[in-house]
Amino acid sequence: MNEERREHKPGGTFGRGGPMHAMAMPMEKAKDFRGTLKRLVSYLKPHHYKLVAVLTAAVLSTVFSIVSPKIMGLATTSLFDSFMTGSGVNFEYIALILLTLGGLYLISASFNYIQQFIMAGVAQKTVYAMREDINQKLSRLPLKYFDAHAHGDILSRVTNDVDNISTTLQQSITQLIASAVTLVGILVMMLIISPPMTAISLFILPLSFMVTKAVAVRSQKYFAGQQKKLGELNGHVEEMYTGHLLVKAFGREGESIKRFNSINEELYDAGWKAQFISGIIMPLMMFINNIGYVLICVFGGILVTRGAIQIGDMQAFIQYSKQFTHPIAQTASIANILQSTVASAERVFELLDETEEIPDKAAATVIKLPRGEVRFKDVRFSYTEDIPLIENMNIDIATGQTVAIVGPTGAGKTTLVNLLMRFYDIGGGVITVDDVDIMDLKRGDLRGIFGMVLQDTWLFNGTIRNNIAYGRPGATDEDVTNAAITANADHFIRTLPKGYDTVLNEEASNLSQGQKQLLTIARAILADPAILILDEATSSVDSRTELLIQKAMGALMKGRTIFVIAHRLSTIREADLILVMNEGRIIEKGNHKELLVKDGFYAELYNSQFAGISSVDQAV
Amino acid sequence: MLKLFRFLKPYTLSIAAVLVFVFFQSISELFLPTLMADIVDIGIVTGDTGFILRVGGIMILVAVGGVFCTILGNLLSSRAAMSFGKDLRGRVFAHVQAFSRHEFDQIGTASLITRTTNDITQVQMVLIMILRMMISAPLMFIGGIIMALSRDVQLSVTIVAIIPVIAAVIALIAAKAIPLYKSMQVKLDKLNLVLRENLTGIRVIRAFNRIDQEKKRFNEANLDLTDTAIKVNKILAIVMPALILSLNFTTVAVIWFGSARIDSGHMQVGDLMAFLQYVMLIMFSLIMVSMMFVMIPRASASASRINQVLDAVPGIKDPPRVKTDSGSKGCVEYRDVTFSYPGAEKPAVSNISFSAGPGEVTAIIGGTGSGKSTLFNLMLRFYDLDSGAILLDGVDIRDMTQERLRAKIGYIPQIALLFTGTVAENIRFGKQGATDEEIRHSAAIAQATEFITGMPGGFDAFIAQGGANVSGGQKQRLAIARALVRMPVIYIFDDSFSALDFKTDAMVRAALKKDTGESTVFIIAQRVNTVMTADRIIVLDGGRVAGIGAHKELLESCAVYREIVYSQLSKEEIA
Repeated sequence: MNEERREHKPGGTFGRGGPMHAMAMPMEKAKDFRGTLKRLVSYLKPHHYKLVAVLTAAVLSTVFSIVSPKIMGLATTSLFDSFMTGSGVNFEYIALILLTLGGLYLISASFNYIQQFIMAGVAQKTVYAMREDINQKLSRLPLKYFDAHAHGDILSRVTNDVDNISTTLQQSITQLIASAVTLVGILVMMLIISPPMTAISLFILPLSFMVTKAVAVRSQKYFAGQQKKLGELNGHVEEMYTGHLLVKAFGREGESIKRFNSINEELYDAGWKAQFISGIIMPLMMFINNIGYVLICVFGGILVTRGAIQIGDMQAFIQYSKQFTHPIAQTASIANILQSTVASAERVFELLDETEEIPDKAAATVIKLPRGEVRFKDVRFSYTEDIPLIENMNIDIATGQTVAIVGPTGAGKTTLVNLLMRFYDIGGGVITVDDVDIMDLKRGDLRGIFGMVLQDTWLFNGTIRNNIAYGRPGATDEDVTNAAITANADHFIRTLPKGYDTVLNEEASNLSQGQKQLLTIARAILADPAILILDEATSSVDSRTELLIQKAMGALMKGRTIFVIAHRLSTIREADLILVMNEGRIIEKGNHKELLVKDGFYAELYNSQFAGISSVDQAV
Repeated sequence: MLKLFRFLKPYTLSIAAVLVFVFFQSISELFLPTLMADIVDIGIVTGDTGFILRVGGIMILVAVGGVFCTILGNLLSSRAAMSFGKDLRGRVFAHVQAFSRHEFDQIGTASLITRTTNDITQVQMVLIMILRMMISAPLMFIGGIIMALSRDVQLSVTIVAIIPVIAAVIALIAAKAIPLYKSMQVKLDKLNLVLRENLTGIRVIRAFNRIDQEKKRFNEANLDLTDTAIKVNKILAIVMPALILSLNFTTVAVIWFGSARIDSGHMQVGDLMAFLQYVMLIMFSLIMVSMMFVMIPRASASASRINQVLDAVPGIKDPPRVKTDSGSKGCVEYRDVTFSYPGAEKPAVSNISFSAGPGEVTAIIGGTGSGKSTLFNLMLRFYDLDSGAILLDGVDIRDMTQERLRAKIGYIPQIALLFTGTVAENIRFGKQGATDEEIRHSAAIAQATEFITGMPGGFDAFIAQGGANVSGGQKQRLAIARALVRMPVIYIFDDSFSALDFKTDAMVRAALKKDTGESTVFIIAQRVNTVMTADRIIVLDGGRVAGIGAHKELLESCAVYREIVYSQLSKEEIA
């Protein structure tokens, strides 16, 4: 559930809400701005010819658009002069100017289009490469990374952060260039026309900076408040929806709605203020702009009457000053956007820089016909340096033996699985399969020897058939059905509306826990492995179904080595070797009888079952 | 999305006011060039500096008036949009609270969460944008035309003529881009899905050596998304240049025709300058609108998801006329109950009949999918049955309010779920206003006192979201305490002991036996030793009753039961 919320950071996937919004929202900053930016730029390297073209086009497009007001002014001046002198309008001159203007506009627009067109390819391909890098990287990361990081966090890096980078590349970079060129260009043009008028235009700049800054700072406070309330609200919704049945069962709907409404009210209060304050920036800027406009009209008008400038220049000035404040506001917001983009990039690079698994040995051994002998020799292992979990562990398992791993919840029973499958690498000693050090095998080959049914039943969004067929590439429909029959899943599958073609929904919530379990068992059966790992696999399948499965597995288990992690002592009793685990360590090992004689932890665990019922013999 | 805007009704007045303010603001924007025209045509032509300064003063006043209108409009639109969001959110949340399990299954919990939170925020943001920017475009247009007409009718035709062209361009691009945007969203979701599956299934993928296949799947989704994104952005690349070009060509046309008007003495230069600025203002507001292309498709997708929730009718409602029962005793009777899940071929439970009374323990045992939990989902009215009836103290459960029904029941679900808050608050969830003494007592019976007092803060210790800081067994014990504090007449333990180790399980059940003496207790269980002491054991097989009776009777008479027992207990334990 948590994922869902993290995935949709407000302002992340959603559009930027206009340039003014980017300024008003609190922005996160990158730790190493320069380094990250450099690296981000390196992603653009393969496209550098195109980028040069984009930049050139952006500059040209801007330059051509900057010249036009001045030229348009010529027409106005000519019209004004002919009006003042009373002579007729010089249509030839006007036509010439307008043709020139039309040409300039066309060129500018074409360059603008070219720039955006090329950038679309560049930006999306860059982002594609980035996602692909992440994809490759994730496949090389050790399990340790995935166990230590929330899925929502990883997802957010691939979606929100990459999306953020994509939007910036697509829009902001060319905007930044255009804005910079515009600023310089306009300044030059204005100075050429009239230095005193330029001074008047520039007079309002610091004002607009100050106002923007003042409002932005205040609004950030409210946005933070809004964000906090939104988080609270989301948290409440999440809990109440996941616990919906409980809320109903305990008749707490009223309470839940009451609490929701009170948070909602607070959110409204913080929210409208944030929106209002941030929404004020735009009108204030416009107002200051208008003051500048008035100043230009008044002083320009006076200067025109004195003949210091021409009427067309005044008109050009009006246009320039309008265009002038725009890039300033834009640059400010782009600066913020850039900050957040680099922060996003940093998070992506962080992921790309994680330590990878040790690569497989080049000259790896291949076990052609695995027999399923497993040996641990002086194995040492710990998840964290300072807490040793397994020390000098020695076990010897022959083909076809069953090893039961028992212990209370959280005793670290999955650790052994992690080591056998090389999800984690051991810190010392050797684990061998059929007398081959598992470090000498390719991970893929090693894992091919094992089949497993995990505690968390992982099924993907696809048909039941495809989910079972996952166990063996190229399995036929008949293989799938046979595996399902062996796993006792065939019956329930056929009661589903679409049978084997039933598509599992995203959370596979259209199946019960036990049914999901049965599917994963079918998948493991189809894989036909030499060694089978059952990781509490049958704990949510009731005993009766478990019995049926065990019957089916009895045949399957012949000639196979079994590792089983289970609570049930009835299963464990038959095991050739029992490993008793507590707090991450293996504290006892031996078979059922040996361990009972030992009268240790296992014996206590076992006897506590009898305490549960007054006495079985009496009961029967 | 329009359908959702019905929730704006209470704010009609505010929105009307917003429209007025935005209109005035547009007029003030347009009025500035008009005054400038006066400066040019009168002030400059006559060389009257005093006039220029006077008009300048008026312009400042107009600008001040404009900014006030904008701020007021902004205030009203912010409040209206946020109220809209608030109302909608409240409505959706309350509506979802009334949903039965079926509607939750249909839409999905995660999706419902997104719909209530993120989707509403999206729609709300777009509403703000619409109120702030989008409505100003038509108003600016109308205002601009009025102003232009007041200056020179003939030249105004130029502006009016160009508008349909631009509207057509925008419509064309929108028609192409919006579907592409939608498909881009779908592809982004697909990429997310693949990635999420990759993360949650990492062990399985690696165990089955499917890394390469999964990489390919991701790559395909990535490539697909990239292709569409490039297409969209290449189409959108036309928008800005095209709009700006049409704006610029309009100004060229205005100057050309304007020159003719000036030549014929119908117009002055200042008017022409004003005209040029009107065109600019109108065009800029149009550009603003076109920039919102990006937001609309996403928001309308959100809106339709929200509508889906609002349109879903809760399947289970309270009866119009409520029958009163003979007081709370806890007599339960199932009469020929049959139920099948929506869309299922076979009923989940069929023809179930039994009755249970106060002081009795009834245990239910059976295979996966045999309908154990379903049986009690029906009693709690999470689903309604197809045929037959469930009677509680003599009254059909469909004839009482859901509140009254559930008040009689203490339910301990299979997966213990806790809420954010203190330990005490979590237990008090079972009974509002439970005293500290009651809470302590329930915790003691549930064998939870020891670990609770061991937590920092004891009963005031904070439980993190989802109960992340307590173990599975501890959660289960708190869930039991939560049901106990309710002091109901009926208890339902849905496989509630499986998370406990054998020792604790035994202790809890021994303590429970004393406390729940006069209640009707139902225990769904997997372990034979949990059920064998029950007064009555119901063995379910494939949704039907395979046997009802005490342990010993069933051992003799029920084959299914025997099978279960033998799978769990060794010969010497049974004999």
